[in-house]
Amino acid sequence: MKKSSFFSRMAVAPHMVWAVVFIVVPLLAVIYYAFTNAKGQFSFESIFKLRDYLPTIGLSMWFGLLSTVICFLLAYPFAYFLSQKQANAQRTMILLVMLPMWMNLLIRTYSWMLILERNGILNKLLTLIGLGRPNGFLNTGGAVVLGMVYNYLPYMILPIFTIMSKLDRSVIEAAQDLGGSRFNVLFRVIFPLSLPGVVSGITMVFVPSVSTFYISQKLGGGSFLLIGDAIESQFQSVNNFNLGASLSLILMVLILISMAIMNRFTDDEEGGMII
Amino acid sequence: MKAVSRFYLALVYVFLYAPIAVLIFFSFNAGRSTAVFEGFSLKWYGEVVKDSATLTALQNTLVLAVLSSIAATVIGTAAAVGIDRMRSKVLKSATMSITNVPMMNPDIVTGISMMLLFVFAGRLLHVNNVLGFGTLLIAHITFNLPYVILNVLPKLRQTDPHLEEAAQDLGCTPLSAFFKATLPSIMGSVFSGLIMAFTLSLDDFVISYFVTGPNFQTLPLRIYAMTKKTVKPDMYALSTIIFFVILLLLVLINLSQARSEKKEKALRQ
Repeated sequence: MKKSSFFSRMAVAPHMVWAVVFIVVPLLAVIYYAFTNAKGQFSFESIFKLRDYLPTIGLSMWFGLLSTVICFLLAYPFAYFLSQKQANAQRTMILLVMLPMWMNLLIRTYSWMLILERNGILNKLLTLIGLGRPNGFLNTGGAVVLGMVYNYLPYMILPIFTIMSKLDRSVIEAAQDLGGSRFNVLFRVIFPLSLPGVVSGITMVFVPSVSTFYISQKLGGGSFLLIGDAIESQFQSVNNFNLGASLSLILMVLILISMAIMNRFTDDEEGGMII
Repeated sequence: MKAVSRFYLALVYVFLYAPIAVLIFFSFNAGRSTAVFEGFSLKWYGEVVKDSATLTALQNTLVLAVLSSIAATVIGTAAAVGIDRMRSKVLKSATMSITNVPMMNPDIVTGISMMLLFVFAGRLLHVNNVLGFGTLLIAHITFNLPYVILNVLPKLRQTDPHLEEAAQDLGCTPLSAFFKATLPSIMGSVFSGLIMAFTLSLDDFVISYFVTGPNFQTLPLRIYAMTKKTVKPDMYALSTIIFFVILLLLVLINLSQARSEKKEKALRQ
């Protein structure tokens, strides 16, 4: 037994070293760069500059929130209907949800450019019934949100579906037997039970949406810059690593705050359920 | 209700597949236009197969995915064993939270944080152009690790710890007891961790974008470069090929899963 515990303690060592060097140290590097200037001296210069980026940060949070809410509204009924299907059908249908996810994000986003542009399919179809727009739908805020919803919808569907398909049927039947209407059963039994799936879905959609840069570049046409775009340009073209690092730091902090708020909300729900 | 359900499901699938259908359709276009279909042609497929930059990128992607997923699986499986046996709860949860950082953090932050480390290290060691294959490999192993560990750890919790003790009582060294008793019983989840790591590595764009140098391009980076300029339909042809390869792989995995489930059922009876 002693020998085995020594062996297993050594087994985790390479990972520990790896995690410290390539996860912890890089995060410390972000903090270091955020609080220094180009000469490597301690300074709040980059942090103060964040004030210029307040509209960008606000827009990112707003778009991230919007796309998360839309994804939830689309995914919840989908997951519910899917969970009512037979097991065999479920397997194939969930595979069909995952398939687009395995296409690269760049490709998926680019194809929306083809659909939304002025000469694109959507505008042509809508022109036929007199609803076309002279400039198409590309380069609008709506197109950016659409791109986020499209790319991250499977991330919302999958965790909700996984929980729903494992729900104890007898609990739902008991609720029905006790006279619960369809509406009541859904909102007072199924929804609270599926909440953990909803929470992980929200996280999995919100984090990539709020930090994206490719979607906004392609579908927003440069007029809807998000915090991801700001970070990307600081590192890839402007070469102001300090400002880029402080933008990343604020992004991380905002996401941590959002998670903390959400976790608190779900803890309350669970507490309420026990009572 | 049934009709509503069917209609709604169909609607979401149309939404999910419309852009892919458009890409596939225009990949067969004889002309360059993405608005007018000028006739059926396979010429863009010919261009993809001839394009040496794309072929190199494909090769790079595969090499990177194979190496990083194997390395992450080896380190990650060993780590999962260690984490599973940890007695201190504090140490365990601290290790898990650090492990999960690349999964919880936005990719862009993971990417730039590693880039900062590499650039910093490069300056210290006086190496120019530190970014390239090596840094990509390190980054891919890092973001693959949590997925391997999270696949293997639950399975380890289910296995009987006495199995390994019995093997040791029967004369195995601790190391060979692990390989002969524990590893075979967790092999399934080790394998699914490997597959997951492999696909994540194939697909990654954001992290790779920040930690690669000018001399090493993966397929997603190549696609990014292609979409920066005005795109020729050869990109659609490339995407269509990728789509059908993934479709084929998914169908094969699904079939083999269904078959092994059937076998299990038959065995139980």
